Amino acid sequence: MSSLLASNSSQAVAAPSAGAPQSDAAAAAARTVAARRAAQAQAYRFKPHNVGRWVVWSVFALILAAAPLLFTSSLAVTMLSQMGIGIIACLSYNMLLGQGGMLSFGHAVYTGLGSYVAIHALNAVAGGQLPVPVSLIPLVGGVAGLVFAVLLGFVTTRKSGTPFAMITLGLGELVFAMSLMIPEFFGGEGGVAGNRVVGKGVMGITFGPQVQVYYLIALYTFVCTAAMFAFTRTPLGRMLNAVRDNPERVEFVGYSTQRVRYFAFIIAGFFAGVAGGLYTLNFEIVTAEVVGAARSGAYLFFTFLGGATFFFGPVIGGVLMVLASVLLSEFTKAWLLYLGLIFLFMVMYAPGGIASLIMMNLRVAAFGKLRRLWTSYLALAGTALVAFVGAAAMIEMVYHLQLNAALGPELHFMGAKLNAQGVDSWFGAAFVLFTGIALFELARREFARQWGRVQEEIEHEIRRREAL
Amino acid sequence: MSAAMTHTSMNTAAAASGYALELNNVCKNFGKTEIIRGANLKVKPGERVAIIGPNGAGKSTLFNLISGRFGVSSGEILLDGRRIDGKQPYEINRMGLSRSFQVSNLFQRLSVFENLRCAVLWSQGYRYAFWRFLADLHDANDRADEVLEMIHLHKKRDVLAMNLTYAEQRALEIGITIAGGAGVVLLDEPTAGMSKSETRRFVQLIRDVTVGKTLLTVEHDMGVVFGLADKIAVLVYGEVIAFDVPEAVRANPKVQEAYLGSVLAEQQAAGAAC
Repeated sequence: MSSLLASNSSQAVAAPSAGAPQSDAAAAAARTVAARRAAQAQAYRFKPHNVGRWVVWSVFALILAAAPLLFTSSLAVTMLSQMGIGIIACLSYNMLLGQGGMLSFGHAVYTGLGSYVAIHALNAVAGGQLPVPVSLIPLVGGVAGLVFAVLLGFVTTRKSGTPFAMITLGLGELVFAMSLMIPEFFGGEGGVAGNRVVGKGVMGITFGPQVQVYYLIALYTFVCTAAMFAFTRTPLGRMLNAVRDNPERVEFVGYSTQRVRYFAFIIAGFFAGVAGGLYTLNFEIVTAEVVGAARSGAYLFFTFLGGATFFFGPVIGGVLMVLASVLLSEFTKAWLLYLGLIFLFMVMYAPGGIASLIMMNLRVAAFGKLRRLWTSYLALAGTALVAFVGAAAMIEMVYHLQLNAALGPELHFMGAKLNAQGVDSWFGAAFVLFTGIALFELARREFARQWGRVQEEIEHEIRRREAL
Repeated sequence: MSAAMTHTSMNTAAAASGYALELNNVCKNFGKTEIIRGANLKVKPGERVAIIGPNGAGKSTLFNLISGRFGVSSGEILLDGRRIDGKQPYEINRMGLSRSFQVSNLFQRLSVFENLRCAVLWSQGYRYAFWRFLADLHDANDRADEVLEMIHLHKKRDVLAMNLTYAEQRALEIGITIAGGAGVVLLDEPTAGMSKSETRRFVQLIRDVTVGKTLLTVEHDMGVVFGLADKIAVLVYGEVIAFDVPEAVRANPKVQEAYLGSVLAEQQAAGAAC
């Protein structure tokens, strides 16, 4: 109540002083500053959205804890473990991409080298040379990631923008090439294997069963996610955003953009290394592909897909990364092609990723206008599905011709029999595809109109509330 | 060796000069083109100086040289008696010189408050800290709020910089410039593109926020110049041809010949038309 009064009165004083060209404007401003500061100090103490934050983090912890109880199959637990690793890796990648505007094509260098150092550490622990508990092996990976980021990042972060991207690409290729040249460290073609079960274990925890590893990963996932979120609220984290938005201006408020990028790069390298160390414990074998360009590409791809503009976007990305590479690849051989299509679609229509889609709709829902968009969403989904079925039929036929030619031209697709060499199958699929695209475009236009109207109304509503 | 020499010359200069900002024979070439040809300027602490001159005289280049955006080709620049030519922009800023830009140069995807907080973090000594929460940095937050109040944008506290109106962006530009508390402030055409009434308000704003500071401003609007400046420096073809109080500059035949007369007539005509 008192804070409300204070802010109102200060605005009342400040408003006329803005209009009148008198030098006591400064004095008036100075007077009101004290009042407003008192008001804001109270506002700092009581932050209702802090409650929301507690809820979100509790739910996150609960999901991590309960997931293996709900999905009990060994495949599910393996996937959940990988998701935890993917979440840390994508979040660390997004420190560069989303928060720092650094498009890295070589993030797997830091996760991968973290994995390698971790597996050598694990083997040293097994051999008795290194007195480190297995549960801290991921931290060894983290330190490795950090050290390599200190070394390589010094070169990389001297540049920004396109040169930065080029250097990361080059370094990624360099490290991958080295992995085949130095078999002593990288283990050559076969990689380096290890065993996470060392000694008797503590309190029955040997990390033999997958579920024990899962809970270790879940713990790391929670702590790392919290730490990376905390980072976004620190001076360095905020200046990293500033460097992303306008590196030039940063230099004129006292900060060296190189330093900001470099320090952020090192911290990202540490978390990448932790993800790499967890990978080691999870798979117990590390091969050269962990530092490869494909893996770096996957981090970029899924971080973008999840949404680089929001902190939680990469969490979605990490989950999708595992779902796609484990489940989607079971469904179809052409899974990478489908991913490519989805990526194209997202870049064109939703460059903020899934996270931004969620947040935009939450905003609409907060103003109670989501109900009006339901029919449009149904239309969009329906027409997209039609177009997708057509495209998928054609993709499957192409793959069938290329890979399964020996099985004859016939294939089963969604309960229908297609003939990969028949004109009617191709014509039918093309017909479905183009009909779907045309209908989708119509639905999209209608949706865009509706969406624009809703946004206008929301803006109007916000202005109305501001005026109150 | 050269570092040691600069160091000694720095100390003697600090003792001798007593100027907030000093330019000695500053030259700048881009390839064969000489933009600044031996500019000299001595600004005392607390003075408000307007730099005027015809288009292409090198006013913005001069600002870029002083603020470290470009390196000088020859000559020296001293801030409070210490050499700053050859230093990086952030080093110069840390030594107490801050500048604004002709085209608003903001952190577009951060809120107004965050823009200002970014501008105060270094001066409050938080450097690259990643072990402290921004919310706990009360001095930085208070300073950002104070500046927010000074530039009359407190109602837009949480609006993203890119969603501000033009005049608001110009105000935020000034806010970012002064937030760090630099003693020497360079404003590059702060009122460019503003309406008459906005400009009037803005001149007042600039006066308010630069109390006790040394101010250099590039300006085309003669109303602003005579309203704001204690002294005027006239820059023509990369040289400072006059540097004096407004009346003396106005009466200076060299200036009238080179520049001021025609512009003044223009301005008066425009003013009469309004």
